[in-house]
Amino acid sequence: MDTLFGIPLAALVGQVVIGLINGSFYALMSLGLAIIFGLLHVVNFAHGVQYMLGALVAWYLLDTWGISYWWALLLAPLIVGLIGLAMERFFLRHLYHLDHVYALLLTVGMGILIEGLVKFKFGIGGQPYPNPMSGGADLSVAFIPWYRLWVIAVALVVSLGTWLFIERTKIGAYLRAANENPNLVRTFGINVPRMLMLTYAFAVALAGFSGVMAAPIYQVSPHMGGSLIIVVFAVVVIGGMGSILGSIVTGFGLGVIEGLTKVFYPEGASVVIFVVMILMLAVRPSGLFGRGQ
Amino acid sequence: MTESHTPPMLRVSQLRGFYGETQALHQIDLVVQPGEIVCLLGRNGAGKTTTLRAIMGLLSRREGQIEVLGQSTQGMPPEAIARLGVAYCPEERGIFASLSAEENLLLPPVLMPGGLSVQEIYTLFPNLYERRRSQGTKLSGGEQQMLAIARILRTGAKLLLLDEPTEGLAPVIVERIGQVIRTLRERGFTVLMVEQNFRFASRLADRFYVIEEGSVIDSFHQDDIAPNRARIERMLGL
Repeated sequence: MDTLFGIPLAALVGQVVIGLINGSFYALMSLGLAIIFGLLHVVNFAHGVQYMLGALVAWYLLDTWGISYWWALLLAPLIVGLIGLAMERFFLRHLYHLDHVYALLLTVGMGILIEGLVKFKFGIGGQPYPNPMSGGADLSVAFIPWYRLWVIAVALVVSLGTWLFIERTKIGAYLRAANENPNLVRTFGINVPRMLMLTYAFAVALAGFSGVMAAPIYQVSPHMGGSLIIVVFAVVVIGGMGSILGSIVTGFGLGVIEGLTKVFYPEGASVVIFVVMILMLAVRPSGLFGRGQ
Repeated sequence: MTESHTPPMLRVSQLRGFYGETQALHQIDLVVQPGEIVCLLGRNGAGKTTTLRAIMGLLSRREGQIEVLGQSTQGMPPEAIARLGVAYCPEERGIFASLSAEENLLLPPVLMPGGLSVQEIYTLFPNLYERRRSQGTKLSGGEQQMLAIARILRTGAKLLLLDEPTEGLAPVIVERIGQVIRTLRERGFTVLMVEQNFRFASRLADRFYVIEEGSVIDSFHQDDIAPNRARIERMLGL
């Protein structure tokens, strides 16, 4: 039982775990994008930079004040969420009545601007972030660091919790209704503009949260979000624009598919997600979970 | 009815309303007293729906005065006007597809005391109780209309703006909605409605305003209808 389909079992398990790790970030990130797109109809191209800011804030807190990872997991999303709140309040809000492309361009521009400022202040080199959990699980076939298991578990809990919150709670019902007909929801006495602002801030905080979780795994660098966000947009397209559950399932699923491709056809690993995206667009343009319009 | 001591439920004076650059309302003046059922009549495109939307704060630009119980709604967003006790049931009904019938019913928060309880609403609309688990938009047209009205009865709003509550419904359902609106008056609600079905409205409303090209051109009481029926029907293009 050391091989499966002629592949060493250790390599297979290892890549599935790596796939789940990457999938955790795909899921958390595309979840935030789905929430923002579903409710605000904004394609948030600043999401990668907001993720990077989460990691950067965590690193800065540790480097400057010695604030631990665990506090950063709470503080960094809060800080990044507040930045998102200000972005919505002072910029995005004024673009809702225009064509969607204006808000998209704004987020592209803000992303470039923030990334540039970070490079200017901290340099383009990456900063290492120490692993907060040493050791790991020694399954006879592979060794899995505790921290990686922690990331997968937290991503699952947070993404499913967010989904349940939107599907099962009263506030979630307001969000779903405001997605369909914001003006009518306002006539019920609900402050929809404030709700949109808080929703954007929450989704941005989610990106910041992902960034903190990513810091010990990847290096903290100004362009760490740039490479991730391209893949995440492909995930969102495959899952169906605006579908919360779709982004969670597709995020983890594509992470694993990518990991398995590394085992069976390593040359294709970096493009497999885009191949799936092209196939999906050809067969089912509204995505796996998309309702289609 | 004197209006010297208590302010009217709704007073609209010299209202002008705009969709972008286009002026849709030119001169709307109307008063609704507490407990009245008042109906806006007029041809398609005359500005009846726009008037309701302006009162609810849904027009991008409005000028003139709108007062709810003596309080000006100048510059207020819809959510603030709702908190004065105004509720709106749109012509297209606005049932949410992503919510079940009961979630639709329970969606609007209770803003002030005096609304109906869920129990009372289900007594008034037994169909909605049977269909409560269904997806909101899977209900029949009549059930969706009932749901759209039922939904704004819990909130404590006293002034209900109903836009074409009978449009496209079978006569037996129209009759049922008439009974519901009469019940609401007995329960102390005030109703300002838009209605194309003059036969239906003439038996229900206390007073009428006729709107043409964005202006109020006439008003009359229910008692005035019988002696002036020919003139009124000509005015409405019936």
